[in-house]
Amino acid sequence: MVLIFDIFTGICFFIGSLSIIIGACGLIKLPDVFSRIHAAGMIDTGGTAFFILGMVFQTGWSLVTVKLILIGVFIFFTSPVTSHVTANLARQKDIVPVGKKIGKIL
Amino acid sequence: MKSLILFFILLCLWLLMSGYYSILLISLGIISCAFCVLVANRGKLIDDEGLPIFFIPRLLNYLIWLFKEILKSNLSTAKVIINGKVEPETFTVKASQVTEVAKVTYANSITLTPGTVTTKMHKDVFEVHALNADFGNDIRTNEMDRKVTWLEGKK
Repeated sequence: MVLIFDIFTGICFFIGSLSIIIGACGLIKLPDVFSRIHAAGMIDTGGTAFFILGMVFQTGWSLVTVKLILIGVFIFFTSPVTSHVTANLARQKDIVPVGKKIGKIL
Repeated sequence: MKSLILFFILLCLWLLMSGYYSILLISLGIISCAFCVLVANRGKLIDDEGLPIFFIPRLLNYLIWLFKEILKSNLSTAKVIINGKVEPETFTVKASQVTEVAKVTYANSITLTPGTVTTKMHKDVFEVHALNADFGNDIRTNEMDRKVTWLEGKK
């Protein structure tokens, strides 16, 4: 039984680190600040979610699990706010996004 | 009524976070939770915006759908980064929610799914930046808008 949980943890950590590596590559590779926010958002959601899931498999049912899930919940609520603040500040500084604009933008 | 709900949420959080169940510590927790509720009450923070309990009946259903969307768009964002087929586009969508909390929930849901970010909002029009035409079309079909309006339950 412990072995199965270890394997699940390994799979989750693998997927999490893969998405963090791809996100980090995206941060370097993508053209402008708005596109880079997408890569950062991928690290925020995919990376942390899978890492926390992997750790939950290790702790089993205890108070530590609840604390891990609470960490996930707080990241879940705060990460879009930071992304939005970054994007909004860039727009306020009159940085125009690369690529096509459909219709009238604000 | 709402103060009572806030008090119970805070107390549950205290009990889960502390892990010590002696009478002294629990009574200290009750005192500090009551103090927090008192302060929030004096600051008039306990309203529909500070404590959106009207979300709760449909929240689980929405969260399951949102997690599925996040997983799907995570995969496609990874694909786009690896392929390098980046064609960013900026467009505006209209939010059909009534309350401010629901609008914020909608904007946050757009930002939370990788590949789309809400960059600006003015009244009920959001400016959205998408990494690719596929991500843009996902938002433009207004499926998420309908889900959040349903989650709000005011219409």
